Order: sequence, then structure tokens, then C-alpha cells
Amino acid sequence: MYVLGQQLVNGLVLGATYGLIAVGYTMVYGIIGMINFAHGDVYMLSAYLTAIALAVLSYWGLHSPWLLIVISLLFAMALTSLIGVVIERLAYRPLRKANRLAPLISAIGVSLILQNYVQLSQGARNQGVPTLIDGAFRFGNEQHFFQVTYNQLLIVVVAFFSMLGLNLLVSYTALGRACRATQQDREMAQILGIPADRVIAAVFAMGAAMAAVAGVLITLNYGSFDFSIGFVTGIKAFTAAVLGGIGSLPGAMLGGILLGLAESLFSGFVNSDYKDVFAFALLVSILIFRPSGLLGKPVVEKV
Amino acid sequence: MASHTQALSRDPELLRVEQLSVRFGGIVALNKVNFTVQPGTITALIGPNGAGKTTAFNCITGFYKAHEGAIWLRDRDGQPQDMVQLQKGYFGGTHRVARAGIARTFQNIRLFSEMSVLENLLVAQHQLLNRNIISGIFQLPRFRASEAGALETARYWLKEVDLESSANLLAGSLPYGSQRRLEIARAMCTKPRLICLDEPAAGLNPRETEELAKLIQKLRGTHQVTVMVIEHDMSLVMGISDHVVVLNYGEVIASGPPDAVQKDPKVLSAYLGTEDEG
Repeated sequence: MYVLGQQLVNGLVLGATYGLIAVGYTMVYGIIGMINFAHGDVYMLSAYLTAIALAVLSYWGLHSPWLLIVISLLFAMALTSLIGVVIERLAYRPLRKANRLAPLISAIGVSLILQNYVQLSQGARNQGVPTLIDGAFRFGNEQHFFQVTYNQLLIVVVAFFSMLGLNLLVSYTALGRACRATQQDREMAQILGIPADRVIAAVFAMGAAMAAVAGVLITLNYGSFDFSIGFVTGIKAFTAAVLGGIGSLPGAMLGGILLGLAESLFSGFVNSDYKDVFAFALLVSILIFRPSGLLGKPVVEKV
Repeated sequence: MASHTQALSRDPELLRVEQLSVRFGGIVALNKVNFTVQPGTITALIGPNGAGKTTAFNCITGFYKAHEGAIWLRDRDGQPQDMVQLQKGYFGGTHRVARAGIARTFQNIRLFSEMSVLENLLVAQHQLLNRNIISGIFQLPRFRASEAGALETARYWLKEVDLESSANLLAGSLPYGSQRRLEIARAMCTKPRLICLDEPAAGLNPRETEELAKLIQKLRGTHQVTVMVIEHDMSLVMGISDHVVVLNYGEVIASGPPDAVQKDPKVLSAYLGTEDEG
């Protein structure tokens, strides 16, 4: 019973972070129809940016944990958004009219560049950040209990409000409306005076900012990271996006939570060594049995 | 180019297409096309299938880049501005043409079918709105004021095209005739000075066509927008237009008032073929 409770908590936390990253995959796919395989590495960069922000801030004598978290969150979000926009401008936009495979390969190239750059400049060793918030809520007695650490609570709360903010942005702002219009018919949107290139750049910025939220939160929770964390987490988030239905924003969030829960229950009750295998087996079976995902629409070929 | 600019500033026309050429591979779609559109008129672009009418529209509205030539649109201060140049450069693009005051509709309707009717009209006003993300997320007063203005414009146009009761339906779920009218309303929401209608009567029944003719005349009369229209329905064209430009094989073969064009032997032979042609 307590194991189940603990795994549900862990799954929810893990799922919230998958959801945050999956949003970036799904929005980019929705608007330009490509899988941005460098997205996981943008998440990885945000972990390094968190460490840099924390180091600089404590060097300046700032020790309030909340202030540290908020500032490093804003810092990481701002810089990764910028990186997201630059990647789009340099690696994807010139290939907008090319064969569908070209931007995909370009994305893999960007992913390798980012990994190798970080490995060379920051070293291949594990890096770490100090624990900022300690403690947990415990449920149960001395021997049998499950706990929700304050860090986990922070992840769920921040993830919830980020998703809420993103949903409000897409549903109710002029930019969000322009995004949805551009997603449906880019040429028509341009004819109505919407600068589609800037809208696409904004989508990359939003996706990267959400990945940064995940990166900061995960880094604060686990405390350690290296240059290669973007790969597996990125593919898992991609799985979450496919599970929810790629192109669908609520689908990415739902897919993230479901994948997190599935993975965590599998590792709690079956075998934790095979949790990645389980997640990817899930990806394969979705692609076979329900390629449009839970909330996605079947692809209709445009004529 | 200086001489063209001078020529344009002497004449009152809103749009001047000069030596416009477009090629697709080896096929010449438009060959040195010249015509002008006077402000406050309804100008029809007619010609047999494949004559290059839609290609001309695509160039004027910034959908295609012309290979040669210029498209001068007089801006709000009366200065001619080249639409072909607006598409070039880092900040250039089709959206700049829309912002300069040209709107269009399509032969095959291109509404945002998964957005509501109202949202289709709101998104067309993007360039005119408060686009601050923060004030949008928190629905701050200045964002709401800007949205309220946009909503008012949208409601006004819904009323004009008789779609008030469908405001919250998905655009894709509307019947065909309503979709056509919504597309015109959406184009008008960009506050254009020139609206280009590509076969607006295609697929409409006679009664709907009659209503469309009234709507087009209203656009020019009440809303003071200059109208360009591509149309195959000759009774509609001859009934509403002040000026007709006839294209054939990518070249202008005649232009003038409707009754003069109708009698032009070159136009007759383009449409019907001539006896000695065979």
C-alpha cells in the first residue's frame, strides 16, 4: 500500500517533468511538422544554467533558497528561450522548404553539437548542485510510510502553474491565436498580416522555456547531472508527446503524467532496471496500435 | 525606376502593376503584365482557364515572389510602395504586404477551420492588436480594451455578412456559402484598402450570387475599399465592375470598361476561338 502511494507520488513528479518537456516537442511538431531532436539537449543546457546561476548568486552572497530558485528559474528560462530561437534560426529555418528529413537530421546534428560542446567546456564528469530545500511530508507510521519531499511538491506546483500559464497564453492571447492560426495554415496566416517566422520563433522560445522549467526543477531535486542527460529524458518526453497525441498541447501534458506513472509503477512493482525498456516498449506499441495518440487527430493528407 | 515613381505620383491610381513576369520552370505564367487599379473602383480580372489570373493575384498579395517587375501600392500617405520589395530582406515577408493594406480570399476557401468563426475574425486583426504576452495572460485592462475593440470589429463584420448567429461555431462546420462570406469578412477585418477576391461566386447558387454582388458593391460603397475580383460568372462581372482587365496566356489582351471589353475582337477570339485560327 505504501509502496503504491510512494510510486504514485514519484510517478506524478516524474510525469510532470516529462509533460513540461513534451510540450516543446508537441508545439514545434504542431507548427512546422518536425521533431526537434535537439529539444532534450536544450533541457540539458538548462541544468547547467541552473548550476551557473546558483554558483554566481551564492558568490554574490545570496542565500535565501526561494530567491535562488526564482532567479535561477528566470535566468534559465530566458537563456534557453534565446538558445531555442537561435537553433531554429540557424539550423531549421534555412531548411523550411527542404525535404522533411533534412531538418530532422539537422536537429540530430544540433543535439550532438550541444552535447559535445558541453562535454568539452564543462567536462564529462557529473556536476552537482547543493540541496536548497530539505524535508518532506510523511504519511504512515515509523516503519511503513511514504513521503512527499518539499522538492517534489515544488515540482508539481511549479509544473502545474507553468502549464496553466502556457494554456492561457495559447488560448487567450493574441500571440496564442496567431500560433493556432499559423499551425493550421501558415500561408493564410501570413496573408492576414501575421509574421509567421516570428510566431514560429516564439513557439521555439515557449517550448525551450518549458524545458528549462523542467531542467531547473529536476536539477534541484536530483542534485546531479552531466552532459548526456538530455538524450534519454528527451526521448521519454517525446514518447509522452506521442502517447498524448503529437501536436496536441493537453495531450502532451496528459501523456507526460501517464508515462511518468506507468514508468514509476513498473519500476516499483516489476523491475526498476527495465524501466527504460518498458517506456520505449510503450512508445513502440503506441506507434503500432494508436499512432495518433490519446488526444491527437488522425493525420489527414492535405490536398 | 525614378521615372515610374513620378508617373505614378501624377496619376491617382491605387495599384500599378508594371512589367510583372512569373515563370514556373520553363512555363511563362505571366509575361510583362501591366495594369492599374483606380481607387474606389471594382476591377475585374478575367480570362480563360490558365490565363494567369490567380498567379497575378498571388503576386499582388505577396503569396508568390515575382521574377521581374514591380507592384506599386500607394500607401496611406499617397506614396507608392513596391510590394515586391516588401517581401525581401530579413524583416520582409508576405505579412508586410497585408500590413500595407492588401487582403485576399481564395478560390478554394482557406478558413482556419478548427477555430471558431469569431476567432477567425479576431486573428485577422493580429497586426492591429495589443500583442503583449503578459497583459494577455493576466487579461490586464489594456489587453481587454484592445480585445474589446477587436471583438466589436468582428461582431460588426459578422452582422455585415449575416453570420451573427454562428459566431461560436467552428468555421469548418459552416455551410459552403457561409464560409465564402466569412472569408470576405475575415479579409475585411485586416482593414485593407484593396481586397482581392478570387472567384467569390464559385459554387454559389444564383440567389447567393446576387447577395454576393450586393456585398461586393457595399464593400466599395459603404466601406470605401477598392475591390479586385477574379470571376468566371460573366453576368456578375459585367454587372458590378467599373474596369475589366483580360488576361490570356499570361498577357493582357484588353482592358477598359465592361461593355467595351465585351466587344473587343481579341477577347471574343480568346474566349470563343476565331474561325481562321484552325
